[in-house]
Amino acid sequence: MATRLPSVDVVLVGFGWTASILGHELADAGLKVLALERGIYRDTVPDFATTHIQDELKYAVRNSIFEDAKRETLTFRNSMDQTALPMRHLGSFRPGSGVGGAGVHWNGQTWRFLPTDFKIRSETEARYGKGFIPADMTIQDWGVTYEELEPYYDKFEYLCGISGQAGNIQGRIQEGGNPFEGPRARGYPLPPLLRSAGTVLFDKAAREVGFKPFACPAANTSAAYKNPLGVQMGPCTYCGYCEWFGCGNYSKASPQTTILPVLLQNKNFSYRTRCDVTRVNLDASGKRATGVTYVDGDGKEFEQPAELVVLCAFAQHNVHLLLLSNIGKKYDPQSNTGVVGRNYAYQITSSVEVFVDELMNPFMGAGALGQAVDEFNGDNFDHGPAGFVGGGYIALWTTGGRPILQHHVPDGTPKWGEGWKKAMAENYLRSASIATHGSVMSYRDSYLDLDPTYRDIYGNPLLRLTFDFHDNEHRMSRFVTDKATLIAKALPGLRSLKVNQRDGHYSIVPYQTTHNTGGAAMGDDPKTSVVNRYLQSWDVPNVFVMGSSVFPQNAGYNPTGTVGALAYWAADAIRNRYMKNPGPLVAA
Amino acid sequence: MHHGARSIGASADGPGGASAGDADAARTSRLFATRRLILKASFTLPALAALGCTRHADRAEQPRQLVYFQPAERDFVDAASERLIPDGDDGLGARAAAVTVFIDSQLAGPYGQAAAWYMEGPFAKGTPEQGYQLPLTPAQLYRAAIADIDGHCQNAFGKRFAALAPADQDATLHALEKGDLELPHASAKEFFDMLLKNTQEGFLADPLYGGNRGFAGWKLVGFPGPRYNYMFEITQYGKPYPLPTVGLLGRNGQLVWS
Repeated sequence: MATRLPSVDVVLVGFGWTASILGHELADAGLKVLALERGIYRDTVPDFATTHIQDELKYAVRNSIFEDAKRETLTFRNSMDQTALPMRHLGSFRPGSGVGGAGVHWNGQTWRFLPTDFKIRSETEARYGKGFIPADMTIQDWGVTYEELEPYYDKFEYLCGISGQAGNIQGRIQEGGNPFEGPRARGYPLPPLLRSAGTVLFDKAAREVGFKPFACPAANTSAAYKNPLGVQMGPCTYCGYCEWFGCGNYSKASPQTTILPVLLQNKNFSYRTRCDVTRVNLDASGKRATGVTYVDGDGKEFEQPAELVVLCAFAQHNVHLLLLSNIGKKYDPQSNTGVVGRNYAYQITSSVEVFVDELMNPFMGAGALGQAVDEFNGDNFDHGPAGFVGGGYIALWTTGGRPILQHHVPDGTPKWGEGWKKAMAENYLRSASIATHGSVMSYRDSYLDLDPTYRDIYGNPLLRLTFDFHDNEHRMSRFVTDKATLIAKALPGLRSLKVNQRDGHYSIVPYQTTHNTGGAAMGDDPKTSVVNRYLQSWDVPNVFVMGSSVFPQNAGYNPTGTVGALAYWAADAIRNRYMKNPGPLVAA
Repeated sequence: MHHGARSIGASADGPGGASAGDADAARTSRLFATRRLILKASFTLPALAALGCTRHADRAEQPRQLVYFQPAERDFVDAASERLIPDGDDGLGARAAAVTVFIDSQLAGPYGQAAAWYMEGPFAKGTPEQGYQLPLTPAQLYRAAIADIDGHCQNAFGKRFAALAPADQDATLHALEKGDLELPHASAKEFFDMLLKNTQEGFLADPLYGGNRGFAGWKLVGFPGPRYNYMFEITQYGKPYPLPTVGLLGRNGQLVWS
């Protein structure tokens, strides 16, 4: 029997990026806020100290600060006629666990989505005709526009101290920036990071073939920075241990380095770690949440009453909790009805490995140190002749040269033995990888539901993922990879290249990205969305859902910038509208 | 980003690069001097050893006790990993890098026990896209597969794998890799993939974990180890990084824990 605890105003499920933002905004507005985190507390000191964090095996290979599949995993199948089997250890994606969430181990690649991304269905139909979108492609407009989100993107970027070169300030195109981006009110808070050898070569080659390369926006500080909350960050030293690691240098934006020093001093805010939330509790009407049930580290069950419940867990975990709690109608792909679990999407990636004469010193880098071109992202080009929806960016990232996972060997190299060893010795310092990072549309047969067989440690059904790449994504990815190959061939001193297309079925095995989206889509219509434009549940108005789970489909950019902007947007709506008059913010 | 292209020229011919190189050389030799002093100090203070402060180098020379492997399993991994990354003129191989020590301790620890893996049944074969679906932990898979492979080699060649000629070892490894060899108690391909991955890990992970002895793997490829600061060097385009290799436990690249 669960022990009932004293009520709070707001309970946040999870304590990563979105919970930190919501926690700060709502505690600041005078609400009593409690965050429940399934993992442990960690902070820059002592957990990420450079004396031990630069350990590729422990963090990047053995996954020691990621989600523990023993405690939380999902089952997976490519199609509805297969039997889903458990993801027994992490592979294709790596959600975080612990305070700061995946915001601790991310790279810091912080993009805005394009204005057209938020209106993808209406814009695509207007530009290419209604018949252009395949019948089984269930993409939809977001219900929020780029213009509405712009101030909140700005807020997140200034919180993080983003290093970058603006491409469009209030409609004026800026030299050296991304000319395709939506207009921004002002430039980035910090100039771009120093350029690595690889990004310099990429820049040269991309210009050679007529593209407009730019320094990628990075949540790695190019200089000392004090953010608007008064939190101080130090300049990045390019040590090459951002991706998969906590930053020991206060240089990568994370909840720990940007918000927590202020939030943890706020008397209205508290948090508990090692608390697994297993249910959102509803009253007898099923239309009002009364709080959550959680199990603590000793296995004791508690009921935490709250006036407002905000789901801030990683994308698919929010959906899992909605399904287990019977909030919203479950999606049924057969009848094409219901919404919870609908429109799961991901990212499609490919690469062109390049082998050059010049010494690249790949180990000098930062998680978001990259040079990119955006000509083939979103609706930046004419899709008519291309015949597919979506796109992606092409970038050369120098994230580090950690040798177990970050070595390249040329085409035709044996997988082991003398030949492999020789290729390693010859190429580690003189190679790089050009990545493509593409959008994935949503489809009728790509979704999340509850598994009929496998259970988690609490006896609850595991989440079941049914997902595969579709023809549209394969064609888009090939198109963008061909453009990446053009750039690769123009690299000065190129010895050889190896093209890695993303062909065939989606596989849960090799790491691709932790950009899982959807399942709790936002939108204007309760028949096709779980939450309204303010991320508020249509069915249970005192439940809000954060994170990329609300993306109706995925764009060609890394999601964190948009996740941060949406969190500020929703916090603003809760603070200035919902609190004055608790109830639905949009009439259903 | 024209400044980048200019920097390449500057670092190749410019005076800035040369003076920086000198400064680095001076820094390097100072650091070496410091290291010599420390080593000298430890030689001249035998009392410390009596108090339990053994010199790192001493421990590394001693044969390491097995934690998980039985002797026959150690022999197999010694031999197989050496074929995967052989010793040669270009640098030391897996055996000299103590890859077996690494794998042995990994299998004895949380990885070997699949401590963070979901291991609830039912178990089914699944598709390649669904990934690992065996009911065996990594430690169990090694035990089952090595016994099966040695059994196969006894039948086919009259000797255990470790005693085979290198060409026969390679042929056996190729057969495992392709899944051509049917093992009674394990999946040949899953085992081969795991062995290859673990061998590369043991060759390239920080020496803290027992492999990559003497920085064999890092020296082969030119990785200087987990250094903290490249703020100056990152724009020295085309120049080799001048400082010597380090690990999380320092410079000597030896196993320092027991």
